[in-house]
Amino acid sequence: MKPPPFAYHAPTDLDEAVGLLAEAGDEGKVLAGGQSLIPLLNMRLAAPRVLVDINAVAGLEDIRVDAAGVRVGARVRHAELEADTAAAEAVPLLGQGLRLVAHPVIRNRGTTVGSIAHADPSAEMPAVLALLEGAVEVRGRAGTRTVPAAEFVTGPMETALAPGEIAVAARFPRPRPGTGTAFVETARRNGDYALCGAAAAVTLGADGRITAARCCLISVAPVPLVVDLTDHLAGRTARLGDLDGAAAAAAEQADPEDDIHAGADYRRHLARVLTARALARAAAAAPAAVADTYTGASR
Amino acid sequence: MTEDVHDIRLRVNGIQHTARVPARRLLSDCLRHDLGLTGTHVGCEHGVCGACTVLVDGRPVRSCLMLAVSAAQHADITTVEGLAAADGTPHPVQQAFAECHALQCGFCTPGFLTLVAAYLRDNPDPGEDDAREAVTGNLCRCTGYQNIVAAVLRAAEITRGQDGVPRARPPAEEGRVPEAGGGRP
Ligand SMILES: Cc1cc2nc3c(=O)[nH]c(=O)nc-3n(C[C@H](O)[C@H](O)[C@H](O)COP(=O)(O)OP(=O)(O)OC[C@H]3O[C@@H](n4cnc5c(N)ncnc54)[C@H](O)[C@@H]3O)c2cc1C
Ligand code: FES
Ligand code: FES
Repeated sequence: MKPPPFAYHAPTDLDEAVGLLAEAGDEGKVLAGGQSLIPLLNMRLAAPRVLVDINAVAGLEDIRVDAAGVRVGARVRHAELEADTAAAEAVPLLGQGLRLVAHPVIRNRGTTVGSIAHADPSAEMPAVLALLEGAVEVRGRAGTRTVPAAEFVTGPMETALAPGEIAVAARFPRPRPGTGTAFVETARRNGDYALCGAAAAVTLGADGRITAARCCLISVAPVPLVVDLTDHLAGRTARLGDLDGAAAAAAEQADPEDDIHAGADYRRHLARVLTARALARAAAAAPAAVADTYTGASR
Repeated sequence: MTEDVHDIRLRVNGIQHTARVPARRLLSDCLRHDLGLTGTHVGCEHGVCGACTVLVDGRPVRSCLMLAVSAAQHADITTVEGLAAADGTPHPVQQAFAECHALQCGFCTPGFLTLVAAYLRDNPDPGEDDAREAVTGNLCRCTGYQNIVAAVLRAAEITRGQDGVPRARPPAEEGRVPEAGGGRP
């Protein structure tokens, strides 16, 4: 249970980091918070020849909040982002997802961008990025490119990152006006990866009826599963009964597997129940100004 | 491949150490093997049990999920050996764990002590649910957690200076009247 040998570099400059990583090619790995990579090394499930530690690289440490949303640098810890009130106000789904990521002690060290780059199908933050239609800024020797969330995670623990590329930041857009969000999940123990989780974004019109609804499911597909439920819900209210059909439609798209933690049937059941719950909470969280003008049946 | 070896400087419990370590040395092993600080325990080595918890720049982290070479980027590390006062007076959390019988075999205890010390610094007045939530990331195979939760609450009490037990205070604060309203309702 000790890591295999590797060469270690801790550059302070981004171009140097990219250079070192490019030189190592297939055999190089970025070390961010280490909360996923070091367990893999300890269990000898990964054996990179070169580790490039980015924890001292300048320019990756910022959380920037502007009209577009929140830009999170690659060195920002889950705990730092969770504590940032401006970010929470701009994109409430960040905090709603972060509090479900492991335990506070893991969040003290693990990075949000690292979690997205790791692309575990049970991880919350890739789902947050996918539901909000965010993007990842990627730096390689050829320069910087921006990869939309829908193209970033390509499979279980597989991403669009090429060898030698570093994810320098993730961009989480503000939800559209009138939108509420929520993230709910079921895990075997507090802090564990979810057996199933559902994030939802529901937009209400001035009459309090739904104009758009999307959900993103984790742990039931190889990648975060985004399902647009607008066709099922447009013009409806967000009463639980009204949401059941949409939740069932979302669960139908899930393709869970049996494992030691839960059977596929149970996970599919969770997908339906949790989607309904997430949609209801997201609608309830939609901005009060909209709710005030609402005159239809109670939600 | 040949080992990539690094000379590092680590400040642990206020003392500057130097060590020559392979890049793959975990902080937990560096503390135990290179520095002889065996108070930090190692259970699972994949971040699940919490026995190896230490404070890095005041924040609890898993020392089994950090490389010693990366830890050297940080200013300060506190292990369980660094919790008691210089004269050996136990930290309020240590006193509370002893009083409440919050340990049996003691294997998990260093991780709980460091975690709870940091938790109470940031949350001096937890309720029982908060206390329980605070320790969910650490595993104990002996106690059933009831006494650990009781010890978290008791440590908070001791720190606030209730029950006639003096609160550990820096000298500058000596003789000051404890602030009113510090107690739990
Ligand atoms: C006990 C435990 C419970 C956990 N529970 C959860 C949970 O419930 N939900 C959850 O989402 N996560 C969970 N995690 C994982 C945690 O969130 C990690 O922090 C996260 O998955 C990885 O972030 P990191 O910064 O630690 O990345 P690292 O471990 O450093 O890296 C992970 C992978 O991503 C790559 N990488 C990291 N950063 C970059 C970058 N900037 N550019 C390119 N590649 C990069 C690395 O090369 C590596 O392959 C848990 C971890 C533990 C130990
Ligand atoms: S030994 Fe580090 S968490 Fe178990
Ligand atoms: S006292 Fe034995 S594991 Fe906790």
